[in-house]
Amino acid sequence: MASAFEYAPAPESRAIVDIAPSYGLFIDGEFADAADGKVFKTVSPATEEVLSEVAEAGEADVDRAVRAARKAFEKWSALPGSERAKYLFRIARIIQERSRELAVLETLDNGKPIRETRDADLPLVAAHFFYYAGWADKLDHAGYGADPRPLGVAGQVIPWNFPLLMLAWKIAPALATGNTVVLKPAETTPLSALFFADICRQAQLPKGVVNIVTGDGRAGAALIAHPDVNKVAFTGSTAVGKEIARTVAGTRKKLTLELGGKGANIVFDDAPVDQAVEGIVSGIFFNQGQVCCAGSRLLVQESIHDELLDSLKRRLSTLRLGDPLDKNTDIGAINSAEQLARITALADQGEAEGAERWSPACELPSSGYWFAPTLFTNVTQAHTIARDEIFGPVLSVLTFRTPDEAVAKANNTPYGLSAGIWTEKGSRILAVANKLRAGVIWSNTFNKFDPTSPFGGYKESGFGREGGRHGLEAYLDVY
Amino acid sequence: MSTESISGSAAGRLSVLKTYKLYVGGKFPRSESGRVYEVTDAKGKWLANAPLSSRKDARDAVVAARKAFGGWSGATAYNRGQILYRIAEMLEGRRDQYVAEVADAEGLSKSKAAAQVDAAIDRWVWYAGWTDKIAQVVGGGNPVAGPFFNLSSPEPTGVVAVLAPQESSFLGLVSVVAPVIATGNTAVVVASEKSPLPALSLGEVLATSDLPGGVVNILSGRTAEIAAPLAAHQDVNAIDLAGADEELAKELEIAAADNLKRVLRPQPVDGAGWSAAPGTDRMTAFLETKTVWHPTGALGASGSSY
Amino acid sequence: MPTTEPPFALKDATASDSTLRRFLHGLPGVDAVGLEARAASLGTRSIKTTAKAYALDLAISMVDLTTLEGADTPGKVRALGAKAVRPDPADRTAPATAAVCVYPDMVPTAKEAVAGSGVKVASVATAFPAGRASLAVKLADVREAVAAGADEVDMVIDRGAFLAGHYMKVYDEITAVREACGTSARLKVIFETGELSTYDNIRRASWLGMLAGADFIKTSTGKVAINATPANTLLMLEAVRDFRAQTGVQVGVKPAGGIRTAKDAIKFLVLVNETAGADWLDNHWFRFGASSLLNDLLMQRQKLATGRYSGPDYVTVD
Repeated sequence: MASAFEYAPAPESRAIVDIAPSYGLFIDGEFADAADGKVFKTVSPATEEVLSEVAEAGEADVDRAVRAARKAFEKWSALPGSERAKYLFRIARIIQERSRELAVLETLDNGKPIRETRDADLPLVAAHFFYYAGWADKLDHAGYGADPRPLGVAGQVIPWNFPLLMLAWKIAPALATGNTVVLKPAETTPLSALFFADICRQAQLPKGVVNIVTGDGRAGAALIAHPDVNKVAFTGSTAVGKEIARTVAGTRKKLTLELGGKGANIVFDDAPVDQAVEGIVSGIFFNQGQVCCAGSRLLVQESIHDELLDSLKRRLSTLRLGDPLDKNTDIGAINSAEQLARITALADQGEAEGAERWSPACELPSSGYWFAPTLFTNVTQAHTIARDEIFGPVLSVLTFRTPDEAVAKANNTPYGLSAGIWTEKGSRILAVANKLRAGVIWSNTFNKFDPTSPFGGYKESGFGREGGRHGLEAYLDVY
Repeated sequence: MSTESISGSAAGRLSVLKTYKLYVGGKFPRSESGRVYEVTDAKGKWLANAPLSSRKDARDAVVAARKAFGGWSGATAYNRGQILYRIAEMLEGRRDQYVAEVADAEGLSKSKAAAQVDAAIDRWVWYAGWTDKIAQVVGGGNPVAGPFFNLSSPEPTGVVAVLAPQESSFLGLVSVVAPVIATGNTAVVVASEKSPLPALSLGEVLATSDLPGGVVNILSGRTAEIAAPLAAHQDVNAIDLAGADEELAKELEIAAADNLKRVLRPQPVDGAGWSAAPGTDRMTAFLETKTVWHPTGALGASGSSY
Repeated sequence: MPTTEPPFALKDATASDSTLRRFLHGLPGVDAVGLEARAASLGTRSIKTTAKAYALDLAISMVDLTTLEGADTPGKVRALGAKAVRPDPADRTAPATAAVCVYPDMVPTAKEAVAGSGVKVASVATAFPAGRASLAVKLADVREAVAAGADEVDMVIDRGAFLAGHYMKVYDEITAVREACGTSARLKVIFETGELSTYDNIRRASWLGMLAGADFIKTSTGKVAINATPANTLLMLEAVRDFRAQTGVQVGVKPAGGIRTAKDAIKFLVLVNETAGADWLDNHWFRFGASSLLNDLLMQRQKLATGRYSGPDYVTVD
């Protein structure tokens, strides 16, 4: 008789990463305490274990970092592009060499599965530096006129969902184009940025070119408001993005924003069903759904609703939730208690508003921040869970009858970051893709990323593009 | 146009004056407010009464622009190019009228005004040619590291509020409106506050150039008054602040943050002024980039190069 | 034994040539990149310690130990049978394989070699591997094997007919073979997926085979360039899963050819576990058509037991 094939624990060794008990701010090539000596703790979301104590930057520290970046700018921007390129190539190579260490670190600090940090985050981080390294001495050919100039000091604020990847998306194009940077990582995931500082040291990057200031929203606000910052780049929530847009209003600071989303994943009745199920799962459960471009709204043609939902539920039952360091874990921990509370509240609201909630049988660890993969059926456009970004492993399932209706529902949101289309009919893909108001359209696939491929949103999902030739524009003095 | 020619008294005949009206949704309404303001030439002589647009006029113009967006953005680039070129043709035929209006509005000599109008007509021709080229210049395939076809294409951002430059009443106006609509956006244009007549007259040309109603909507009045509701409007996707002074621009940029409009700040106009050759910047400022992925796979099941 | 009638729920599908075509062409399409990505992703599962021990023994028990050479002799087949019955002479705890797989004329020899062990004898038939013969010849081939005591028959479909769109011809041939197998032999239907070429074809062939009464659907003969792959096996596992959901009838899957290492075999077991499910984790429902795979499974088993890496001289050469 058949017996259960239980996978024994297969933990990745955490011995590969050596986390210091405390870290300072990385300013002008040196680690230093905050001026007022403040620190905060960063924990592993999977266990709530304190990983390290990190300096909390205040206004004075941010100012010092911006001044260091300003001082470094003159020489850095005057370097031949080919020399800047070589620094970036060095960084890319060192990231590849240290990728397992960084993957484990990221998993510890963020809570996401090692399978993702190892197979998605880290390869993309290295690839991003490789890609932009090659641009540094080819800017004349990028379509922004001859000898396009950098902006100066870039103030960059990044989120906790892909800490090192978002750092790469910010720092690689900034340095390639000759800017210097002050980057503030998210409060709950500061460690990989601090390890990146060490990579800058190994690459012998001139001091002050990259500065890392850890801290909370106040440090970010100080950085963005700093009068000597020429460029502001932010990835995070739409609410904060709007606040930033107001802050830089009336200045000459160039702004790019990568904000929230409520991506529609549209499944037509002629879809390649098994691959669509995988795409739906990847769309909303990759990184515990803490992805701005998540396919958080499933729009399924009514005629296949029941069978698709059966397949989807069966598939969700195979998801493995637990220790993020286990190589077989599919669903890791939610990044913070705060985020968990938000997800919980929105899911509860979905239930209260009458949507039908379902989760596979799934045992949650007793410590750490966890949320079972969840889907809601009987959801309409009027439900909060169909409109608000949940940023968690929660899928809202809606139906449609015709392609027109699918497009209308997909576009019926203030956001416009991503969308998915599943059909075997090529002309329908092109027609629907053409009508969707979103910056990234995945047809018969989902959540694919590449440094050559521009990424960014329409409407309230922000403006500007990261990746590809388009990604250079944000850091060049052109409009 | 000189005051003499308006009154026509020299010829012993009283001429027929034009009632300047707004251009909204392809029609020529008066302001909903029922109010007008006096427009004078550079020396202060009365030229006409222009409609004093209210926030409701702005609202109506946005509705018209939104309604026109689907059709205009969905038209072929070739078709948009044909229509923009048609605008140049129509202007050419009414060149003398615009020369007179610009001369009055900006206090220019006939020849200098003519140079402005000629440059404006040529600008329509320049952008007419861009409609079916910009996608090739700023879009393209991306060589992603996987079995995927990956294409980035520019798309119009939507409804764009355009504050036309205050000084250059016609060439400046055309220089900011043409790039917005060339790529498929629709526009709500606030004419130069002090010199709105060339802008209002442009509506007459647009209406006879096969340009669908609502693609360009032209309002006259107090820039700050009209711009405020446009900047705050949740169904406007972008705003060009060319005609705003520093203080107003900041205020509008703050309001525009409410729905994260794309904001084109006032750009320094160099020595050549609006006569300088435009680049692609004014088009790309109101373009989104859409990137579409699709698996390629292999021809057979022997394994794609995944 | 299943009947040769197509399962009730789908009976209409085989009513005529055109209904069969409509049914097969109405199956959902397969996106190649997505399918392969899913197979690759399951291939990254890390199977360690107790799970590995379980998987190795399970894999050994699922092997159809195969020799299908022109140079096969009674001696070779006897050696194969002995190996199937007791794969690791040094370790009696190693399970026997599921079956030995031979040409029809070797069935009597194979039966003798495995007599009393519970190891089954499978025979390829129907003008294996090309399948280019008249139906009469194919059926004679099958009857001979069954008469000689074959417990299982591995038939090849007429790929030419399939690719020409003559689905009913393929269907009729399978049902005829099914009948010739009688009540004693289980039927494995080989599609030669490498020749069907597209995943859409493999999905159609899977359903065609199941409608016609296959007990197992099998990827390949091992005689062409592309044999079993994780992707085509995953696709066939989806088919048997969906077929059971629709009809209640469970059908087995046999990837054959190209699976040579324990590591690969375990990846296939992960595919089974996470696609069709635990009900298929049994040699009644899943097989590996292989020869050299067994020794690698045994070496890995020894490594797990002793902590030392084994070597080729510590397993038997057949």
